[in-house]
Amino acid sequence: MSVRRLSPNQPASFAFSPATLKAAKAWMANFPAGKQQSAVVPTLWLVQKQEGWISEPAIRAVAELLGMPVIRVLEVATFYTMFMLEPVGDVALVQVCGTTPCQTRGSEGLMAVCKRKFGAQNHRSADGKFYWQEVECLGACSNAPMAAINDYYYEDLTPESFEKLLDDFAAGKKPKPGSAIGRQGSAPEGGPLTLTDAKLFDGSLGKKIKIPNLPPKPGKPAKAPA
Amino acid sequence: MAGILADKDRIFLNLYGQRDWGLEGAKARGAWNGTADIVAQTPEWICDQMKASGLRGRGGAGFATGLKWTFMPKVESERPHYLLVNADESEPGACKDRDILRNDPHLLIEGCVIACRAMRSRQAYIYIRGEYVHERERLTAAIRQAYDAKLIGKGSILGYDVDVGLQHGGGAYICGDETALMESFEGKKGQPRLKPPFPAGAGIYGCPTTVNNVETIAVVGTILRRGADWFAQFGTEKSTGTKLFAGSGHLNKPCVVEDAVGISVKQLIEDHFGGVRGGWGNLKAVIPGGISVRMIPADQCEDALMTYEDLQARGSGLGTGTMIVFDKDADLVKAIARAAYFYKHESCGQCTPCREGTGWMWRVMERMVTGEAEMSEIDLLLDVASQVEGHTICGLGDAAAWPIQGLFRHFRHEVEDRITQYRARKGVYAGASIAAE
Repeated sequence: MSVRRLSPNQPASFAFSPATLKAAKAWMANFPAGKQQSAVVPTLWLVQKQEGWISEPAIRAVAELLGMPVIRVLEVATFYTMFMLEPVGDVALVQVCGTTPCQTRGSEGLMAVCKRKFGAQNHRSADGKFYWQEVECLGACSNAPMAAINDYYYEDLTPESFEKLLDDFAAGKKPKPGSAIGRQGSAPEGGPLTLTDAKLFDGSLGKKIKIPNLPPKPGKPAKAPA
Repeated sequence: MAGILADKDRIFLNLYGQRDWGLEGAKARGAWNGTADIVAQTPEWICDQMKASGLRGRGGAGFATGLKWTFMPKVESERPHYLLVNADESEPGACKDRDILRNDPHLLIEGCVIACRAMRSRQAYIYIRGEYVHERERLTAAIRQAYDAKLIGKGSILGYDVDVGLQHGGGAYICGDETALMESFEGKKGQPRLKPPFPAGAGIYGCPTTVNNVETIAVVGTILRRGADWFAQFGTEKSTGTKLFAGSGHLNKPCVVEDAVGISVKQLIEDHFGGVRGGWGNLKAVIPGGISVRMIPADQCEDALMTYEDLQARGSGLGTGTMIVFDKDADLVKAIARAAYFYKHESCGQCTPCREGTGWMWRVMERMVTGEAEMSEIDLLLDVASQVEGHTICGLGDAAAWPIQGLFRHFRHEVEDRITQYRARKGVYAGASIAAE
C-alpha cells in the first residue's frame, strides 16, 4: 500500500469544462441505468486531464455529478495511484517505470537523469515545468527501459536519448511517442523474424470460408457413413 | 524458420502494427470471417469446441476456457449476463495483451461477440488499465468501426446482438484479480471479494459474469474458424495451441512473439529474443511467466519447456508466458527486492498477512541486498513468506511470496555469501557491530 493524502493547498472551487462534462456524461451512459458510479474512475481521469491533478473541490463535484457520497469518491481518488493529488509540472508529468524488467535494462540511469535535472521525485521542479516519479510496471517490458510522459509511452531509452527527449519537452516540442531506437512496436530490433509470409496478407484469408466441425443442420440428418 | 510455428499458423497477424489495424485490414487478415455462422450455433456447440481445442486462460491461472464458460447460467433471466475482458495487464514482465489491444483490436471484439453467444450474454465490457491511453484510443476507434459496420449493437448483421463497452482503471495491479476487477468496474476501490459467490453466479452488479483475459478472447474467432483440432495439434496434451510470448531483461533482442506452446525455453530465447546477452553460457536464471512465478536457474533452462506442466514440475509456472531473463552480471537479490517493493506498493491493504507481510518482506529483502541482514533472517523470511502465501483473499499474497521463495530455492548461497562478506567488512560479531575505532 502507499500512503496518499490530499494536498494541503487546495483551490477554492472547481468547475467542469463543457468538454469534460460531455465526456463524463458519455461514460455515465456507457453503463446500465442507475449504475453511473461505474464512471467514477473515468470521470476523475477527465478531471485530471482538465486540471492536471485532483483537488478536494473536484472530488466533491464528481460526487455530486455521479450521485455518490463524497467519501466514496475520496476513497477511489486516493486508492488509484494514477490520480495525482497535487499540482504536477506545467510541461510534463514524467513517470519512469522502475520495476524489475526495466531495472535490469537501466531504469536507474533514467531516474538519475530526472533527479539531476528536476530534483527529488514527487515534487515539481524548481521552474515548475516538470514533475517526475518512479512508477510500478507500465506494461511495456519488451521495450524497457521506458517512461510515460503526459500519458504516452517513450520506449527503449538510454540516459542520453532520455535527456534529449526531456530537453525537447522543455523547449515546447511534442516528441513522437514510441521506440527511441526506431523499433516497430514490440518487434525485435532489426525487424520482425516472423510474419514474413506474403500469403498472410494477400487478402486470401478474407475470402468466404466454411466453418469446420459444424453440427448437421436440423431437418437434414447427417449422411450415414458409407 | 525462427521458432517452431509456421507463419500460416499464427493468429495475431498484425502483432507489430505493420499493417492496418482497422476493420478493412482486419477483415483482409481473416477477422470477422464466418462469424455469423459461428454465432448461429448453440452455446453448447461453441463451448464444446472450445473444450476440444484445449484452450486455457492466458491471464496466468490457466483455467480451461470452454469449461469456465459452461459455469454461466443456462437460461437468460432478468439479471443480464456479462462478459468482462481483463485488459488490466500490469504484471512485471507481461506486455503481450498491449499488442493485441493496439494492433489487432478487431480479433478481440469479434471474440467478445462469440464468447457472449457462448454464455447467452448481450453485453461485453473490456476493462483496460488506465495507463494504456494510446491502446484505449485505438480500441475505442475499433469499437466505433464495429458499431458502424453493424457487427455489434442492435440489429447486428451477424444475427446475434451484442454490445461491447469499455471501462478503464486507475493504475492498480490488484485490479487484475477478477473480483477486484469487478469492484473497480463498479466504481469502488479495487479490493478483491470473497468467493463464493463465484462470478458466474454473482459478478458485476450482482449479475452472472465471466472474466477472461484479452488473449483468451482474441484467439476464439480463429480457433473456431480453423477448427478445434487445428489449435489442439500444437503443444502438449495439457497445454495446447499457440500463444504470445514476451521476453525482457538481459536479452539481445527482447520482443513479443507468437509461437506454439511447448517451445523450449532455450529455443524461444535463441530464436526469437536474439539470445542471452553475452551468449547462452552467460545465462543465470529465467523467470518464465511474469514476476509472480518462481525463477528457474540456468541449468534447468537447458531442457525446460514453455508448458504449464513442465514449468510446474520445476516449481515455477507458465503464468502469462512472459519471461524475464537474467545474465551472470545480474544482481538477482536486488531484482527480487524490487519485485518485493512492487508487491508492497500494490497490496490493496484488505488482508493483514499481505498488507503487513509484503512491506515486511520488502524491508528484509533490502537488507539482504546489502548483506546487512542476519543469517537467521533467511529462514525467518521464508517462514513469513509461507505464512503470507495462501492466507489472503486473492492471489497477490501468493504472488508476493513466490519470487522470494524461488530466489532462495536456487540462490540461497548468494545471499549467504553477501551476509558473510558484509560481516567480514564491518567486523560484525554475533549481531553487534564492533566499532572500528
